[in-house]
Amino acid sequence: MGLEISIIFGISILAGLLGALLGLGGGIIVTPALTLLLGIPIQHAIGASIVSVIATSSGAAIAYVRDRITNLRVGMFLETATTTGAISGAFIAGLISPHYLYIIFGLLLLYSAIAMIGKARQEIPAAVRAHPLAERLRLNGEYFDMTLGRTVRYPVSGVYGGFGLMYVAGVVSGLLGIGSGILKVMAMDMMMKLPLKVSTATSNFMIGVTAAASAGVYLIRGTIDPGIAGPVALGVLAGATCGSKLMTRMKSTTIRKLFIPVLMYVAVQMLWEGWVKR
Amino acid sequence: MNEPETEQTVAAAEIAISNLLRVGVLLSAAVILAGLLLLLATGRSGYAAGFYPTAPVAILRGAAAGKPYAVILSGLLLLILTPALRVAVSILLFLRQKDYLYAGITAAVLAVLAISFALGKIV
Repeated sequence: MGLEISIIFGISILAGLLGALLGLGGGIIVTPALTLLLGIPIQHAIGASIVSVIATSSGAAIAYVRDRITNLRVGMFLETATTTGAISGAFIAGLISPHYLYIIFGLLLLYSAIAMIGKARQEIPAAVRAHPLAERLRLNGEYFDMTLGRTVRYPVSGVYGGFGLMYVAGVVSGLLGIGSGILKVMAMDMMMKLPLKVSTATSNFMIGVTAAASAGVYLIRGTIDPGIAGPVALGVLAGATCGSKLMTRMKSTTIRKLFIPVLMYVAVQMLWEGWVKR
Repeated sequence: MNEPETEQTVAAAEIAISNLLRVGVLLSAAVILAGLLLLLATGRSGYAAGFYPTAPVAILRGAAAGKPYAVILSGLLLLILTPALRVAVSILLFLRQKDYLYAGITAAVLAVLAISFALGKIV
């Protein structure tokens, strides 16, 4: 039992570290590692993965909110879209075949990855025009960038597109049972043109809320096995705490270089799920 | 231009939210760690093999009796409650700042969370 716990612990530290840097829940690491490496049943792996999303979110948000990298208003505003999306997703789950959805979202992510390569050298978005609604909702913000050594002021554009994509991200998590941190970062980065650090920090802040609602249900259903989810939570918290300290000292272009391969990996995984595993 | 004033109140709210998250995370981590150490030290979960409590009341009762699995689950319960509590506290913070627009937006998020939890359907 001691060895298994240390393996789970190690995997979880890595998941928390990467999750904090990229604004994801770490489920893309925890779920396959637990099922493939340790042979843990998928239901218990999913239960542990939902715990890892909450641990990453809360663990990283402590630093990101305090250092004012998270845009609280953007987060709160977009959470209305993701939570309603998640409910709609859960309701229409029986109506649509998940295979098509996996393929659609796999292609969407693949397209985003290619579009991101074009932005690979961009440190801070340039020439962004604030959306009138962003002014009214006071979404435009600023943060102190430690690597650049200056305060970055940024306007928010594409409010409707971002809100729509957030709703879709919620639907996807409701339908497919996956955390959609990757789609949340995409919505803020590509649509709303936020600086990448603000996007990943705000995504981190948001993913915990939707995950908490589902985790309660998972707990009552008995999918959260304490022997697995316990060490996962501790490992992820440790990893996310280190990751959030690391992120402030990294360049956005470096974070993007990490993000693109992860995006491609998830895209291929989804296409595989939709096409091959039918 | 009343920007400096709003900026200050936002900063205060951010520190309050960050502190709330810190307390939730540290407390849950401590409880989970205590449960794990208890599990490793005694070598038993406190329950029959393959079984663990799933209802919050049963979890807390087991934790009070010092059963390792129930202690871990209590910590996980605290961890799960932290983000929901964060949303609830944000409403109060926005209200205190007289930012009724964002108090409303945050209240809407909490309402949707409550509905989804009641339906037990969110994934």
